[in-house]
Amino acid sequence: MDFKNAAELLSICETNRIPVSEAMKNRERLLTEVTDQELTSRMNRVLEIMKQAVNEPLENPRPSMGGLIGGEARLVNRRRKEGNSLCGSLVSGAIAYAMAVLEVNSSMGLIVAAPTAGSSGVVPGVLLSLKDAHGFSDEELLPPLYNASAIGYLAMRNATVAGAVGGCQAEVGVASAMAASAAVELMGGSPRQCLESASTALMNLLGLVCDPVGGLVEYPCQNRNAIGAANALTAAELALSGVRQLIPFDEMLGAMYNAGRRLPPEYRETALGGCAAAPSACAAAGKCHLHS
Amino acid sequence: MEFISIFDVLGPNMVGPSSSHTAGACSIALMARKMLGEPAARAEFVLYGSFARTYKGHGTDRALLAGVMGCSTDDVRIPRAYELAKEQNLTWRFSCNETETEVHPNTVDIDLTGITGKTVSMRGESVGGGKIRIARINGIDVDFSGECNTLIVVHKDRIGMAAHITSCLSQAEINIAFMRLFRESKGDKAYSIVEFDGKLPEHTKEKILLEQDVEHVMLIQIREG
Repeated sequence: MDFKNAAELLSICETNRIPVSEAMKNRERLLTEVTDQELTSRMNRVLEIMKQAVNEPLENPRPSMGGLIGGEARLVNRRRKEGNSLCGSLVSGAIAYAMAVLEVNSSMGLIVAAPTAGSSGVVPGVLLSLKDAHGFSDEELLPPLYNASAIGYLAMRNATVAGAVGGCQAEVGVASAMAASAAVELMGGSPRQCLESASTALMNLLGLVCDPVGGLVEYPCQNRNAIGAANALTAAELALSGVRQLIPFDEMLGAMYNAGRRLPPEYRETALGGCAAAPSACAAAGKCHLHS
Repeated sequence: MEFISIFDVLGPNMVGPSSSHTAGACSIALMARKMLGEPAARAEFVLYGSFARTYKGHGTDRALLAGVMGCSTDDVRIPRAYELAKEQNLTWRFSCNETETEVHPNTVDIDLTGITGKTVSMRGESVGGGKIRIARINGIDVDFSGECNTLIVVHKDRIGMAAHITSCLSQAEINIAFMRLFRESKGDKAYSIVEFDGKLPEHTKEKILLEQDVEHVMLIQIREG
């Protein structure tokens, strides 16, 4: 059955006693001619690219095209591997992995937009760190990926995932909601808890501006992916603990969309405000913005 | 409303850094290559708006060049597009048009000349998240996404042409998803654009061409099978 908002998704899940991932797969099968085999093979490819992107910069970091980032993921991961991580291995892993994907992206490497290239680190960061911590198999990571796509689909359909339209809250905010919900399903939470965690994750990044220094998908994007991953784990922890979220995901998405459209253009990917306008960042980028 | 697939959310699989400026650019150029129907020997690109201002930092130039050589958005050869073009004896030229502002912010005009001298000229727009729109072919305004398999029939604008095309398609048991006709002016040259499900047999293309008022048929097969 098709669903157009989170309320309908939840009702489908609860009526049929199926997880969010299954509802999303059913929708795809209903509306396209895709076979189960094709779905699995395409999602395996997604996972394979994610795994590669998470690992590559930990061994062989490459500088980004704009020269603003490169090597940060390895630093975080090294501290983690030495057992010194302040946040603990799960969170620092999610952070390091999310940052790694952004390094791959900014050096013209292969990534999966999730939901965008600028926010592509959050979902793999969270899921692959959970895999490390709990020893999940690749196969066990597929349902959370379908789950994440359901949340992202709702955002694409009913709001936006474009920084140029809604700011970074629409990119990293939505990616964080996707990752939170995926983490909840992976850890055995209910569909209701999935949507509550998605709502919390989005809430905590509400209003976040898109202000790429030099107009490049590098800085602060890489740091924002790190916070998106940590935020997702926090939101998942709350939901799994039974902390209730007052605002349903549909309403939170509406709040995000409204806030995004009211953001001045300087804060919507134009590289004219926020971090992009800070003197030190301008100096590092060589010029203040690319609109000269 | 347009269908949003699982892999529109977790996707495209792409070489970074930007879905609109890198992946979208690559897809537009790949469409141009498929329309040309043969390897390109010469490629000229005119960039507008944000493409013109930020193409270097986003690898838009390399993505466009790679697309013209047949690379998809996830082809890891994209960063090496310039070397690849030299190896394939493809010559290229990039220029920016920053005076024309009445265009979508991420617009590119592509002129291709193939190895046998065939030419195609196309305007594409990268509309976000890697999605694209083809807005002009050989000077005629059109509008399609290239997300389905697409047939472009260039023909004289006269009664019965649409019937001829649909009849050929129905004989091949092809289900039409979307069909539109664009023309220069009444009775002049027209473009019928048909997006369809499934795979079009080669002989159907030939059959459409048999009609004397059909000038040219371009087939863009996105998915095989």
